[in-house]
Amino acid sequence: MAEIMYWEAIRRAHDEEMARDPLVICMGEDIGIAGGTYKATQGLYDKYGPERVIDTPISENSYTGLGIGASFVGVRPIIEIMSVNFAWLATDQIVNSAAKVRYMSGGQLEAPVVIRSPGGTAHQLGAQHSARMEKVFMGIAGLRVVTPSNPRQAYGLIKSAVRCNDPVFINEHELMYNMKGEVPDEEYFHPLEGSEVARKGRDITLFGYNVSVHWCLQAAETLAKKHGIDCEVVDLYALNPLDRVGIRESVSKTHRALIAEEAEPAVGVGAEVMALINEECFFELDAPPVRVSAANVPIPYNHGLEKAAIPNAGAVVQAVLKIVGKV
Amino acid sequence: MNAADKKRLLREMLFARRFEERCYEAYVERKIGGFLHLYPGEEACVHGVMEAARPGVDYVITGYRDHVHALKCGADPKAVMAELYGKESGSSKGRGGSMHIFDVKHRFMGGYALVGGPFPLAVGMAKGIKLKGGDEISICFLGDAANNQGTFHESMNMAAIWELPVLFVTENNLYGIGTRIDRSTAVQDQYKRTCGYNIPSAQADGQDIDQVYEAAKIAVDHVRSGQGPYMLELMTYRYRGHSMSDSNAYRSKDEEQMWGKRDPITILRNRLIEAGEMTDIDYQQLDKEIIESIERDIIAFCEASAEPDVAELERYVLAENDPWVKGGVA
Repeated sequence: MAEIMYWEAIRRAHDEEMARDPLVICMGEDIGIAGGTYKATQGLYDKYGPERVIDTPISENSYTGLGIGASFVGVRPIIEIMSVNFAWLATDQIVNSAAKVRYMSGGQLEAPVVIRSPGGTAHQLGAQHSARMEKVFMGIAGLRVVTPSNPRQAYGLIKSAVRCNDPVFINEHELMYNMKGEVPDEEYFHPLEGSEVARKGRDITLFGYNVSVHWCLQAAETLAKKHGIDCEVVDLYALNPLDRVGIRESVSKTHRALIAEEAEPAVGVGAEVMALINEECFFELDAPPVRVSAANVPIPYNHGLEKAAIPNAGAVVQAVLKIVGKV
Repeated sequence: MNAADKKRLLREMLFARRFEERCYEAYVERKIGGFLHLYPGEEACVHGVMEAARPGVDYVITGYRDHVHALKCGADPKAVMAELYGKESGSSKGRGGSMHIFDVKHRFMGGYALVGGPFPLAVGMAKGIKLKGGDEISICFLGDAANNQGTFHESMNMAAIWELPVLFVTENNLYGIGTRIDRSTAVQDQYKRTCGYNIPSAQADGQDIDQVYEAAKIAVDHVRSGQGPYMLELMTYRYRGHSMSDSNAYRSKDEEQMWGKRDPITILRNRLIEAGEMTDIDYQQLDKEIIESIERDIIAFCEASAEPDVAELERYVLAENDPWVKGGVA
């Protein structure tokens, strides 16, 4: 099993799917000749040509709609939106066309599109380039939302998403494109539903997704070494639909829960997971569930302020110590 | 078009008129809920354009005033009316309603209720057609007010740079809901607006089906022959308000009367009578037959149809039994 980077895993998934099916295309700003801002489509323009690797104008809503329209006639587009901040412009087509068309046509028409976009706060990009939109999209019926936390998931989720007949929004992270990880050498399809136990533990479940899985894993190490607290870490790579069964199973085992998210708390992933725990495992709990979320601010430019706005492993450690009554 | 074609078109347009009028009545009877946007006055537009195209083969998409477009593409009128009734036998199984008629089998790719939303979808279908190498075209019918959305400009630009086989048909009925075009739109001749994208265009009288057909033939030939997109603007008028909740108080009686004299069905009927192809009595008989058939075949079907099963509320949200959801495990 080779270790490759997150962006390489994404690129490999594109390449394999495009080689297999001439109706798989990819499209987005700068993804063709330039190879993509995060190199996710590097070399594909030369290999598959401008009809299938399409540099679009900067018109997010309409080129996303174009991909959706192409999917109506049998094409399998992978649409890259360079940054989720620009996906706000495309919400009309993603929500009103892709997510609703199967339902409002009574099952006649479907939009099998994949929309990939990096979100999150990177390094001092300011308020309009630091958005996190997963919580917006996870609330949309008819739209699958997945969010890979490592190269294996990134590769396998794209492969499954291209073949799935539903629209799938893939939330990547700007800070993760250079992360290395093992990806199977043979073809691999990751399920689009479910969750993964990233670390087994007894005392508390730390739920994370995408970048926050890594905060949780790091925090779990610290808590084990310094405080003797054995954390289970559950990777909620699928945000819509959420893995109700997996969440219930883990909380039923550890009886405590924390959800770490990079976005503001209101109407967020943490809020949803907490509501679900409340509905499904209230009587299993030894302590109220807790979320670790961003400050409720547009992300500031200044480095110190930016750091203070976003949670990290330390914030997870502190929150866990509070839950188990150690501070 | 020969006389037989014209007679058939007269029948289709008259059917569309009576169908829509019956919708109005059913709405007043509270058999139909929600919003209801009707097409009387504009019948020559879709009939003339689709006569020059290939209904059921070319892909058609439109906005919320969509019933007649579906019918012209080949949708079963019973299923369309049943959809308005919200019945399981409706074309979208009662999940769509008036603004979301779909008949994918006949390549009527839907009515969409967000103004300007179908432009990029139409361009995308054209992209798909080109990629697959077919000789179908994508046809997008929208009103003049949709052309003020950003999607119009973004879509024109992409259609032009990639020379996609898409025909934009602007049904210019002079009003965006209740706002007259001179109050909302800087350039009122819509066909001029595609100059900025190097897309050829034309304007035609949308009340005269012969003129619509002639203009549409040029437009369709252009697009089908691989020369890229085209925009056809059809000058027309809707007789009723924008929707059933529109009292239509913003238009003068003079204006309505003036357009009433240019009724597309009357124009075609008179032309056929003058040519000796039919008599007024033939026309009256045809009308009577249509009205009776709507009641007997369509309304009776809708009344007898079942409501959707509430147990199936959550069906059609996601694909059923899609193996890739489980990572390829069936």
